[in-house]
Amino acid sequence: MSILVNKDTKIIVQGLTGKTGTFHTEQALEYYGTKMVAGVHPKKGGESWSSGLESAAELPIFATVGEAKEATGADASVIYVPPAGAGAAIIEAIDAEVPFIVCITEGIPVADMVKVKAKLEKSKSRLLGPNCPGILTPEECKIGIMPGSIFKKGSVGVVSRSGTLTYEAVFQTSNAGLGQTTAVGIGGDPVKGTEFIDVLEMFLADDETQSIIMIGEIGGSAEEEAAQFLKDEAKKGRKKPMAGFIAGRTAPPGRTMGHAGAVISGGKGGAEDKIAAMEEAGIKVSPSPAKLGETLLEVLKG
Amino acid sequence: MNIHEYQAKAVLKEFGAPVAEGVAIFSADEAEAAAKSLPGPLWVVKSQIHAGGRGKGKFKELGPDAKGGVRLAFSLDEVKSHAAEMLGNTLVTAQTGDGGKVVNRLYIEDGADIERELYLSILVDRTVGRPAFVVSTEGGMDIEAVAHDTPEKIINLAIDPNTGVTEADAAKLCDALDLSGAAREDGMKLFPILYTAFVEKDMALLEVNPLIVMKDGHLRVLDAKVSFDGNALFRHDDIMALRDETEEDAKEIEASKYDLAYVALDGDIGCMVNGAGLAMATMDIIKLYGAEPANFLDVGGGATKEKVTAAFKIITSDPNVKGILVNIFGGIMRCDIIAEGVLAAVTEVGLQVPLVVRLEGTNVELGKKIISDSGMNVIAADDLDDAAQKIVKAVKG
Repeated sequence: MSILVNKDTKIIVQGLTGKTGTFHTEQALEYYGTKMVAGVHPKKGGESWSSGLESAAELPIFATVGEAKEATGADASVIYVPPAGAGAAIIEAIDAEVPFIVCITEGIPVADMVKVKAKLEKSKSRLLGPNCPGILTPEECKIGIMPGSIFKKGSVGVVSRSGTLTYEAVFQTSNAGLGQTTAVGIGGDPVKGTEFIDVLEMFLADDETQSIIMIGEIGGSAEEEAAQFLKDEAKKGRKKPMAGFIAGRTAPPGRTMGHAGAVISGGKGGAEDKIAAMEEAGIKVSPSPAKLGETLLEVLKG
Repeated sequence: MNIHEYQAKAVLKEFGAPVAEGVAIFSADEAEAAAKSLPGPLWVVKSQIHAGGRGKGKFKELGPDAKGGVRLAFSLDEVKSHAAEMLGNTLVTAQTGDGGKVVNRLYIEDGADIERELYLSILVDRTVGRPAFVVSTEGGMDIEAVAHDTPEKIINLAIDPNTGVTEADAAKLCDALDLSGAAREDGMKLFPILYTAFVEKDMALLEVNPLIVMKDGHLRVLDAKVSFDGNALFRHDDIMALRDETEEDAKEIEASKYDLAYVALDGDIGCMVNGAGLAMATMDIIKLYGAEPANFLDVGGGATKEKVTAAFKIITSDPNVKGILVNIFGGIMRCDIIAEGVLAAVTEVGLQVPLVVRLEGTNVELGKKIISDSGMNVIAADDLDDAAQKIVKAVKG
């Protein structure tokens, strides 16, 4: 099993016709034939998109997400729309009742995400991101920008606020022979769709996920909330071996470290508090980002 | 992006918030005319720097007994003498770091008779994804200390973005701040005004500390600190015009031209990394092996050779840098582009310090080949751990 996406997931692309959308759609099609089914462009409805790669796949383009979903039966949408229009693109997907929306775009104004969040609360959709690398279930489905070559089908669930640290965790667990069930990048923005808790709940419920790596970073309190959730679940007997990492131990307070959400402000959101909360919840937190796989192996050996 | 207090007050005034009359000046010659244009007989002379704690701050060049960065003046002569003493000198506050900041601008403001000092701020509460007011009756002091010592005195109120600040919300804020009479009437008007300013101008933080109740019973915004969401500046040309580059690190300004996420730090190992999380983790692992990072630098996912070259030049322009670690896990970012960018920068500006390069991911073999064929004096690393140990060893010996 896997979570959220598998070989049957049908995906439409908002922002397919741009350079980024084209490149990553080609990559997804190449990755075990991920079912990319259509593109959306308000002015190019009725046209089609062709992959530049050998497979020369063609995808129809629709003017709206609603039409694309209706025609293809898509269950997911991935968004590569530039930041100024990405908030509206997410809202269009919510209005079309797309069950799973993945927004890769970095740099969306927070105020736009506040509007998205309010809309999302009353909707039937789940949003992953924005400012995230997407989600990948090995040998089945790749949505977003993760490099498929480092994955290996296996037993570890990976959830992370950082894209490149997701790759580190995946690479290291592949090298350790463990492989992954699904890797989920929840993104580096302060206001986002899916949080750690949502993904952890799914990993706990997934039989094939036998262990979990959780990677957080400075800013906010999502790691502390996740730790509390894990403690509460453990009391009910739901628990899986976990390793973790928190990026930004050396970050100065008050400075935004690349990700809009990665900032220690008002004395809150520092790495040490997060590490303490995670350790208390039974997660073995590696002091080094280079030892995520090793740390998880230690946990598994007991 | 941060702006100065006087600029923040001007923005808030546009929305109808009650602020004192004031004039910003850039030289001591302007002080007298500025003060004369205000009612008097009490003036406040305030240093304009992008850091808090100005009142308690000390000027480096003046003696320890000299007054701080915010001063009262009871005569025009006093306004002039304060201005002459403050302008051009370096103010060190709890927030500036030991280096302090040079005061290039002053704000001469009409004085106020203060009855009570309150605290108010608006920011986006990430746990609920909504803008929220944070208020306290304990204004005029360090709010972090209040939060630590008496957390019950801090009240949070998240606002539904669909409705904005309702009458009920405003009444709750008035209650929390214990406002009555004229102050309550002012509050009922002011809270929606501040919320509107926050939303319409895409602010990241709007902090009024203190918000005062004056002896005449009315409210006034006595100090204002505003910062903006950098991702929304594209739709606010008026705000962009308020940017004061003298407040920013020169290397950070250069980096922003190339859309590089760069933060200058105090250590001696320069880093160039792709991805914010990995860039922070790279700083952390340098520290883990006993050295200090000189910077945070995320070249981003779609970097070009030119961008990588610019990034490398910014790192080498820092005189504190005694070694450089390039750490790339290519996803969208291709290792060969990184290698070409580094090579171009080294060809242009030379390489005076040890350079460790760790490449992984997309086109890694091609990237490694470009570097090994170049004849550059590069220490290759197998993985992140190896890379960190090698650069620390190269710098520390």
